[in-house]
Amino acid sequence: MSKLEIKNLHVSLEDTHIIKGFNLSVKRGEVHAIMGPNATGKSTLAYTIMGHPKYEVSGGDIQVDGNSILEMAPDERSRAGIFLAFQYPVSIPGVTVANFLRTAVNAKRRYSDPSQKDISILEFRKLLKSKMDLLEMDYSFGGRYLNEGFSGGEKKRTEVLQLAVLEPSFAILDETDSGLDIDAIRIVSEGVNALKGPNMGVVVITHYQRILNYLQPDYVHVMYDGRIVESGGEELAVQLEEHGYDWVREKYGHPEAA
Amino acid sequence: MSSSRKSIKIGKATRSRKGLSGFSFTDKSLPEVEDSSLRDYRQSAWEAYQSLSFPTKLDEPWRRTDISQLKTESFSLFKKSEKEQQLPRHVYDPKTADDLRSGQIIAGAGVNDCSINRALEDKGVIFEDFHTAEIVHPRILQEVLGQIVSPGEDKFTALAAALATDGVFLYVPKNVTIEDPLHSIYWGMGESKAFINHLVIWLEEGAQATIVHESTSPNGVLNEQLFHNGIVEIHVGNNAHLNLVELQSWGKNVWSFTRERAQVMADGKLDWVFGAMGSHLSKNFLDIDLVEPGAQGRMSGFYFTDDDQHLDLDTQQNHLAAHTTSDLLFRGALMDASRSVWQGMVYVAPGAVGTDGYQANRNLILSKAARADSIPGLEILADDVRCSHGATVGKIDEDEIFYLLSRGIPQKEAEQLIILGFFNPIMERIPFTGVRQKFIDAIIEKMNAR
Repeated sequence: MSKLEIKNLHVSLEDTHIIKGFNLSVKRGEVHAIMGPNATGKSTLAYTIMGHPKYEVSGGDIQVDGNSILEMAPDERSRAGIFLAFQYPVSIPGVTVANFLRTAVNAKRRYSDPSQKDISILEFRKLLKSKMDLLEMDYSFGGRYLNEGFSGGEKKRTEVLQLAVLEPSFAILDETDSGLDIDAIRIVSEGVNALKGPNMGVVVITHYQRILNYLQPDYVHVMYDGRIVESGGEELAVQLEEHGYDWVREKYGHPEAA
Repeated sequence: MSSSRKSIKIGKATRSRKGLSGFSFTDKSLPEVEDSSLRDYRQSAWEAYQSLSFPTKLDEPWRRTDISQLKTESFSLFKKSEKEQQLPRHVYDPKTADDLRSGQIIAGAGVNDCSINRALEDKGVIFEDFHTAEIVHPRILQEVLGQIVSPGEDKFTALAAALATDGVFLYVPKNVTIEDPLHSIYWGMGESKAFINHLVIWLEEGAQATIVHESTSPNGVLNEQLFHNGIVEIHVGNNAHLNLVELQSWGKNVWSFTRERAQVMADGKLDWVFGAMGSHLSKNFLDIDLVEPGAQGRMSGFYFTDDDQHLDLDTQQNHLAAHTTSDLLFRGALMDASRSVWQGMVYVAPGAVGTDGYQANRNLILSKAARADSIPGLEILADDVRCSHGATVGKIDEDEIFYLLSRGIPQKEAEQLIILGFFNPIMERIPFTGVRQKFIDAIIEKMNAR
């Protein structure tokens, strides 16, 4: 069984110790939710898994199927099966959604089998349209510049569109629900549900239980001060929604530099 | 007649101690012209050439561009009779022929070829090689020649006015619309040759046209310079509309100098695209004179340089009447030890109320040794105007790179995608898909070379 494992991870950003001994094991087919108050290192974790150069791993390991990915560049990690849906997707002026995704698909094909030819325009168009249907997206999105002038909801939907096209083994959704109205959350969640299946493991980072109603996580973890402090099932998310995070703070103490 | 406010001082003071020696051209180089006023034009331009000094770094517009290594004495005019050159494939790839066009001129080294849609000819449209136009259409040409650019503006301009035989004369009569674009290709080759051309584009009231003008040559022997010198004169009449796309992919041994100016009349509209990929050193003066109310001028430029290329662009947006609009954007990317200079001026004349002027220059520096000088300027002598400008010099955004990498796109391809995206809004305005693709390919080729 294919696995994403994070072992005793320590991460610093500009000399600030943020992730402090984080452990998590995600199998394909599983959905894990990571919840927690602001500034506990959730986004740092997401960026670190993807290999953002700003974050420095000072201890521990991240492995896919037992192989460390720490020395890999972000593009290699992507090709190893990791996908990050960004909390703040970056706009790329002048590059259309379709052109960008075709480039990504071709890069993936080329690396998985160097003898493979680029995807034909026709085949790609078919693929893109089927994924857009899944997310109830207008086809005109393909011709728009990537995230340029997109609304919050459009950006998040485009992140899930990329997830759908690239079909990774492990998807990390970093607050994909933030800034979305209830309909958008439903559409995005249904999109993720349609994709998750037995071949994809999902890590959902969120503040709110709402998206979890749709995604129905197998495990819910509470992250606090750079590590997981509580793990459980869906009932844990319900408890957090009802009582907030104060009990977590009381139980595990206030971080020194909150 | 409007004259450039930045014209170079004529005469005495500018001769420097170690100035360039003169070109080896003589008055025998002047082409024969039957029409007396066209002959006079060349003759007086020749006299101006002889009396003017070469610009030096002491002249403000030339402060950042050193031409002291130009081998002036080495150049001879390309004699077409010497050898008939076959058109190289890079100059005219059959795939660029797929798009519809109303007419085509291929000029420069080797075979000259000129054709135009018959129906347009019947409507009085002239689309002719410059020297042929002097012979076949002297009456119309003498009325418009020299109206926009004065031969005496500087030594190079005077030389081009005196000697140019290559070039284009486009004349579109009142209310005539040319639907499909016109295509002009100017190509050079050889060693120590001079290519001198003169473009006159004249749209009468209510006329409409799109013209693509390409200048190109193979990379050639680097220490054997090629010299290009040109004039571009543009008139957009009342309520006329011109799309002009100029693209240069000169070889790396070319030193290119042009003096270009457009004059836009009441409610006329000019849409000017200027793309530069090639040359060793180039200096282009690009002016838009908005001389009557309602005139509009837009200029979109791009440049992409590598090695030790030096591109110097000097732009002027002159608002000379009330309620005129100008919009200029140049985008550049620089690799290796290449350098660009963009110096732009928005000038608003006294009384030009209701002016709307904008200029911007965006640069991406892709290597430590590359350098982009970006110098915007405003000179406003009227009230109630809206003018703004912006200039940026920066590197590729790291967040953009990370985002693309995170989708499995390798570093080099990610950079390529971002740079092509950076140029895309301007590329989209090249009407021939084949020509557009050629420039996109050229950018990719430059990036892949390292």
